[in-house]
Amino acid sequence: MLKFEVVIVGAGPAGLAAAYTLAKAGVEVAVFERGDHPGAKNLMGGVLYRQPTEEVLPGFYREAPLERPVVEQRLWILTEDDALTLGYRSRAFAGEPYNAFTVFRSRFDRWFGQKVVEAGALLITETVVEDLLWENGRVVGVRTGRPQGDVRAEAVILAEGVNSLLTQKAGLKKGGLQTHELAVAVKEVLALPKEKIEDRFGLEEGQGCTIELLGEATLGMMGVGFIYTNKDTLSVGVGVLLSHLVRRRLNPNDVLEHLKNHPSVRKFLAGAQPKEYLAHLIPEGGFRSIPKLYGPGLLVAGDAAMLVNGIHREGSNLALISGKLAAETLLEVRTRGGYHEKNLSRYREKLEKSFVLQDLRKYQNTSLFFNENPQFFTLYPRLLSLAAREFLTVDSVPKREKQRKIWQIITSHRSRWKLAQDLFRLWRVLG
Amino acid sequence: MRLEDKLYLNRYQPDKHPHLRIKDREVCRHCDGRPCTYICPARVYTWNEKEERIETAYEGCLECGTCRYGCAHDNIDWRYPRGGFGIMHKYG
Repeated sequence: MLKFEVVIVGAGPAGLAAAYTLAKAGVEVAVFERGDHPGAKNLMGGVLYRQPTEEVLPGFYREAPLERPVVEQRLWILTEDDALTLGYRSRAFAGEPYNAFTVFRSRFDRWFGQKVVEAGALLITETVVEDLLWENGRVVGVRTGRPQGDVRAEAVILAEGVNSLLTQKAGLKKGGLQTHELAVAVKEVLALPKEKIEDRFGLEEGQGCTIELLGEATLGMMGVGFIYTNKDTLSVGVGVLLSHLVRRRLNPNDVLEHLKNHPSVRKFLAGAQPKEYLAHLIPEGGFRSIPKLYGPGLLVAGDAAMLVNGIHREGSNLALISGKLAAETLLEVRTRGGYHEKNLSRYREKLEKSFVLQDLRKYQNTSLFFNENPQFFTLYPRLLSLAAREFLTVDSVPKREKQRKIWQIITSHRSRWKLAQDLFRLWRVLG
Repeated sequence: MRLEDKLYLNRYQPDKHPHLRIKDREVCRHCDGRPCTYICPARVYTWNEKEERIETAYEGCLECGTCRYGCAHDNIDWRYPRGGFGIMHKYG
């Protein structure tokens, strides 16, 4: 039977970060990936953050396949007819050390996989891990879908992604995943010549921007739409909470088409040629959804551990850092008593000390809060837009009267008391 | 653009073995709303009125898992396609 010191399930950012860290330290490590190369099954909107990626791969941006550095982030709050927009652009983001890049996972992870192999790990593709092997109450390996496919290991890192079948089967995520803990995201890649991208989005050559869209973008469901600029393509997508989608009886592709046809959106996409249409779940349950992160001979990292900060559009960085910390935990304990459960609990401590669990703890009530307060995705975008329209319409009405009118519009939809309550609660969960 | 045409843009390595299976067809007959028929981004599931059964066009599956969690009756036996089969992301 094949034997490794560590087996990693899944060649995404978490699994590859763990494998890279372990292989660099000389540990015999194998990564199992069900696709025909790392990235073949991976998907994200497309923003990769430079600093956390460098924690694992120093200087990666000089050689990795990237699309564009993000120099501007925009937020559009949509109603049916209009858009209230907000943004921040900085020259500081346009050059080294950079803040973020748009990327395609299929290309980036393939490159990352090569780095992992160069570092000395064994990468086994086209192989589904179907089960964990247990002996005397501890994990001793994995069962793959190949004939005679059992593989022994002293420790296993589950970096299997949001569809965490093994994590659930191992009893680490009690009750499985619920529809209010998951968002369904669909994304289209649309080809557009790079000059057109730069003209339409107001970008210097080679630079990129991101647009997040709220409100009507998700038909008022909890979620967000996005448009990201790549070299010669656009990534356009929408992610909505699965519980809201079920309740509204909507199809994710119809929500995406609705967004693409919005009067403020469609001219940016005009003439662009569709190249690919993909879908993925996003763990949105936050801190309260995190499974038990360790067991005897077992660690969980990345999306499988529900490590996503939806408020700040962060996920791949939490995956990379959790993968790295999982590997560092194994490196620490292998010479000090081995991979038993008590030793591996240090992984949780490391995550607690890092931004990963500090941030998720900070926002632990947001997902429940927004689920129970849909007005932030329905009523408030509408009120903001009504207020802006009234304020900007020049019609010889004295400004004081205008202000009164705006206030009247707002309070006719939501009482002063409710407004104050909403604001206070919003500040409590986000502040 | 129609959904079928969008799926046609994708690259698949089709498997003869379906990786999605309805556990108990009787459950679907009484299911309220049949969420699988609308929540799936690839519209893999359709209700065949005549035969009173869910048809599963697993070949177009995007492997997201939405149906697995969206089915209120946990009635979909959801597995990953065998290694190397299924969707192959060009961009991702």
